[in-house]
Amino acid sequence: MRWLAEVHVSLRPGIADPEGQTIGSALRSLGYETVAEVRSGKLLRIAFEADDPGAAETTVGEMCRRLLANPVMETASWELRADEQQDAEEAVPS
Amino acid sequence: MTIVGHRPRVAVVVFPGTWSERDFIHVAADVLDWEPYPVWHLEERLGACDAAVLPGGFAHGDHLRTGAIARFSPIMRSVEAFAATGGPVIGSCNGFQVLTEAGMLPGALLRNDHLEFRCDWQWLRVEHPASAPAWLGDLADGEPIRLPISHGEGRYVADAETLDELEAAGRVVLRYADADGAVRDEANPNGSERGIAGITNAAGNVLGLMPHPERAAEPEVGGTDGLRLFRSLERWLQGRPAAAERRL
Repeated sequence: MRWLAEVHVSLRPGIADPEGQTIGSALRSLGYETVAEVRSGKLLRIAFEADDPGAAETTVGEMCRRLLANPVMETASWELRADEQQDAEEAVPS
Repeated sequence: MTIVGHRPRVAVVVFPGTWSERDFIHVAADVLDWEPYPVWHLEERLGACDAAVLPGGFAHGDHLRTGAIARFSPIMRSVEAFAATGGPVIGSCNGFQVLTEAGMLPGALLRNDHLEFRCDWQWLRVEHPASAPAWLGDLADGEPIRLPISHGEGRYVADAETLDELEAAGRVVLRYADADGAVRDEANPNGSERGIAGITNAAGNVLGLMPHPERAAEPEVGGTDGLRLFRSLERWLQGRPAAAERRL
């Protein structure tokens, strides 16, 4: 079945994030003076096939470890859900 | 010392997006009279080489992270095997980024702290050249050298424990400095931790550095300090069997 993972990759706490700092300055200069901190990151949406939730979870974890995040400076978290719409479309022959 | 009169054979790895391979090959062939040859990243063998070069550029478009995809190119297994047997490997700029992503050197390289791409001549202080004799053997501890830098992602980071270990082992071999060799925050062009511009692996045969030694090998381009790294390699290779005589 088809799964959708939303993977968030962000810099580890303590690693300077000049892009986030610059965005924070821009927000403050627009009048959002209460902005204390902005941390930037990446969002990756991954559609893939796996037999069951356990296998899907394992696969995403592996993708993060092997490629998507560099543990030296990044952490990854993700949300995983079954792509029911895609599965339904595939079940109906067109 | 026995001097073996062979011309060093140097494999220059080319990924899609690499851009400094021609400069390395030009310097090796035309300035040093070596035998350089390009090796496409899909190849599985470096061939019979005396040294391997990972040049600068934007391998695989620098997508995801610099060097993140390049580390999975087939040729990297051969680069790792060559390094594991003590073969001299140099990774400059993007090549340094690939070496860290591949786990051949610790740490990582992130966006410059000022978010700008920097292309300029840069003074560096040489430290512990004996830690990387193949590449820095001709240089003196503490001496300033001047090389070009050209990068947007050169901010070296590692956790404090790793940085302490690197320093204690004499594996930080180049730091951003001013013209008299003083390491100061003002001389740091990218916000690298502790001014680190170049490090070596524990065995000392793998050197990663953000500057471009191949762009400082002829007086016409403004400096020749880069040539000294290559002369160091020549001297280091003396007395060693030529690549063709070794089983690779």
